[in-house]
Amino acid sequence: MSKRMLALIAAVLVLAALPVVFPFTRFMLTLAIAKGFAALGVALLLRAGLISLGHAMYFGLGAYAVAFLSAKAGISDFFVGLIAAAVVSGVAGLIFGAFLVRYRAIFFAMLNLAVSMVLYSLFSKLYGLTGGTDGLRVGVPSFLGWEPARQTFEGVLFFACLILMLGAGWLGHRYLQSPMGQALSAIHTNELRLEYLGVSAWATLLSAYSVSAMLAGIGGALTAMAVGHVLPEYLYWTQSGHLVLTAVLGGFSAVAGPFIGSITLEGIHTLAVGYAAEAWNLIVGAALLGVIFFLPNGIVGLLRGRRAAKAEEVL
Amino acid sequence: MTQSNTPSALLEARDLEIAFGGVKAADGVSLTVNEGEFVAIIGPNGSGKTTFLNICTGYLKPTRGTVRLAGRDIARLQPRAIARQGIARAFQIPQLFTDHTLIDNLMLSIAARRGIWQALTPLDRPAYRDEAMDLLQLLGLEKHAHTLTGTLPEGQRKLADITLAFALNPKLLVLDEPTSGVSSIERFEIMETLMHAARQRGLSALFVEHDMDIVEKYADRVVVWSSGTIMAEGSPAEVLKDPRVLESVVGVA
Amino acid sequence: MVSTLIPLFVDALANAAIIFFVAFGLTLAFSVLRVLNVAHGSLYSIGAYVAASFGLWIISAGLNPWLTFPALLLSAAFVAALFGPLIEMTLVRWTYGRGEAVQILVTFALFLILEDLQRLVFGVSSLYADTPMALLGISEIGGIIYLNYQLLLIAIAAVALFGTRLFIRHTRTGRLLAVVVADREVSEAMGINTRRIFTLAFTLGVFLAALGGAMATPTMGVAPGLGADTMVLAFAVAAIGGLGQIEGAALAAIIVALVRVLAIYYVPELDAVAPYIVMLLVLLVRPYGLFGKPPVRRI
Ligand SMILES: Nc1ncnc2c1ncn2[C@@H]1O[C@H](COP(=O)(O)OP(=O)(O)OP(=O)(O)O)[C@@H](O)[C@H]1O
Ligand SMILES: [Mg+2]
Repeated sequence: MSKRMLALIAAVLVLAALPVVFPFTRFMLTLAIAKGFAALGVALLLRAGLISLGHAMYFGLGAYAVAFLSAKAGISDFFVGLIAAAVVSGVAGLIFGAFLVRYRAIFFAMLNLAVSMVLYSLFSKLYGLTGGTDGLRVGVPSFLGWEPARQTFEGVLFFACLILMLGAGWLGHRYLQSPMGQALSAIHTNELRLEYLGVSAWATLLSAYSVSAMLAGIGGALTAMAVGHVLPEYLYWTQSGHLVLTAVLGGFSAVAGPFIGSITLEGIHTLAVGYAAEAWNLIVGAALLGVIFFLPNGIVGLLRGRRAAKAEEVL
Repeated sequence: MTQSNTPSALLEARDLEIAFGGVKAADGVSLTVNEGEFVAIIGPNGSGKTTFLNICTGYLKPTRGTVRLAGRDIARLQPRAIARQGIARAFQIPQLFTDHTLIDNLMLSIAARRGIWQALTPLDRPAYRDEAMDLLQLLGLEKHAHTLTGTLPEGQRKLADITLAFALNPKLLVLDEPTSGVSSIERFEIMETLMHAARQRGLSALFVEHDMDIVEKYADRVVVWSSGTIMAEGSPAEVLKDPRVLESVVGVA
Repeated sequence: MVSTLIPLFVDALANAAIIFFVAFGLTLAFSVLRVLNVAHGSLYSIGAYVAASFGLWIISAGLNPWLTFPALLLSAAFVAALFGPLIEMTLVRWTYGRGEAVQILVTFALFLILEDLQRLVFGVSSLYADTPMALLGISEIGGIIYLNYQLLLIAIAAVALFGTRLFIRHTRTGRLLAVVVADREVSEAMGINTRRIFTLAFTLGVFLAALGGAMATPTMGVAPGLGADTMVLAFAVAAIGGLGQIEGAALAAIIVALVRVLAIYYVPELDAVAPYIVMLLVLLVRPYGLFGKPPVRRI
């Protein structure tokens, strides 16, 4: 067994044991993993050199999909909610992406931001549909007919998140090694060459974009279930900023990066919230600068050592 | 592969026109490449050689004229569609995936041909790897297989770029100054391997070249560019004797 | 119908004038530095906060209320002098040659920082400083009532647009700017001090954003969240016109204003989204905006 595999297994075991030993970490870790999905979505696009400043919209769409089902249709099954969120955000990603992935660099970043701002303003204004700025409540989900109490549910949710994370991580890892995944990172260095090989950069990006939206949606759905409430703030641009920071902080050369980034950031958030709740965006911004200046390969780069990281430098 | 008695046209460009600002980079250019034929383009700097290749491969759209590949009109297609129809190109300035190793570059090219739309099986698989290594060996690049192409020396990058085109198994190989940046000692060796491999596979080739010795040795036909027009055309033996050509091209080259 | 449409239209045009300033600053700095400052909208809102605070202080100190007019300009100049060189010479300069991804991330980080800083410094409650608007009063032309301040805004925007033309054509600095925009490499080879030009252009961009903010204060309450909305709107306007195209931005601002009037009149729910719908439609047909050209790479 490789060293890396052992490290991974050890990390997962520690992660699984933490909420059992220290129950107060359970909620925090659940949220961290949930947001990690969204950050993984952002990280996928970063592989192609594209920065989405609007991915919170898909996070929000996933969360609202769960909330709609629960509040409007009375369906609060975990699996139905999750699948609905994945479908809604994935399809939204496909539709918006068809237009957005024609753009690169600042246009891509800003147009994502613009679309997310439009959705944010719609979600906060359409009171009848979305509950406006009050948001929507999410009931305690059931699992195929089993209706656990809130406490039990939270425990189950944590482990569900953990399992989903491993699944998504495995799939994501395979994807990055696959022809499509490699073509995605090839877009970053030479889109022209890719086109001259007969590969459509647009289609390559669109598939990645849709998957990344879907990941963000799954993250939103899990967050909605954990918190029990959704708000338009889920779609706000500062939330997108947090996702970008999470991906960059963790590092996006490996699928573990965004999750590591998310757990780190959520940990800091929990510690900082007592002291600096007012200045959380300021901290996020400063941290983002710090990471770009001093840790361009993120925590993953740090773990892998300097030389390996140099070869994978993306920023 | 030897040419048949009645050569059939593979690439047929007719009456192409394009201008940049006031400069006509192609002004009624027509050129045919037959099946299995090696055609060289020569001409002074800025005469429109690369522009012609850009039009034939879909990067630029001509304001007038047609380009046919095996009878099908391709002038309005995107580069990727043309690549899939069987034209592969190497560039004057090498175009590589600089953050990938050389062999990964090559495996991507092979995957582009054999099926890129796979999301869960690895790119790095024995079949692709073997094919890639064979190609690298052919061009003497095997020792650089695991080097990031961004860090290769200029000459090797040029070759790597050609290899990427080769890996597509095209009908027509388009090479923009394949030997520029390659040392004059290695030039012949490289062209020899390249052209030999191309002949073996029955490819046609269209290449821009500044080295007249290479043109003489490897081209079946030479076409001479001059400010967006064709000023002479024929076998290397005839054309390279033409005093007008000598003055305009060889004097500069 | 005309008597309801015209005031709406003037209102929209006054808004367009303000957005034009912000988009102008964005597009100007972009065309010179080739960096799009994602935090540009924050400098607009900082301009608004500083101007509002300054104006309110003038009134509470019992000074001549007409001083609130120069205060608008002074506030913008202050914000530009403080933030322009500081940001360009530290953060932005560091990103030159590091690729667009880094530039986006760095200015976006700045955006996050500035948004919170404003909350910390100016609080979260809205500031209202409409003295200049009240001082100028209204005029009635042909039975229709106009706010003079809005007419002033429109006039200033028009003057700024033509003034810029003259500035670029007829002053040394203006011509230097144009040369650097046209070809950075050549201008460096010619010995032009591009560093200074960059700082100047960036600061000018900040000034225009802050001026937009300052001039907007008499017409609205200044509240948190303004920066983000303005940023996206200014980008939309710049993108519709073609990034880097000043006349394009002016035309785009007017188009957006017109469409908003129609939206307010016929489909009020779409008022806020109208600019983005325009942007979407324009970019679908012309991916680089009305006046923008696709970048051609020589290969
Ligand atoms: N994208 C472009 N935009 C503007 N002008 C162009 C463009 N591409 C080519 N040109 C101009 O068209 C003319 C022909 O250029 P081209 O690159 O085809 O020449 P070439 O024969 O390949 O020269 P070289 O031997 O230097 O490679 C030149 O005058 C060049 O400046
Ligand atoms: Mg050329």
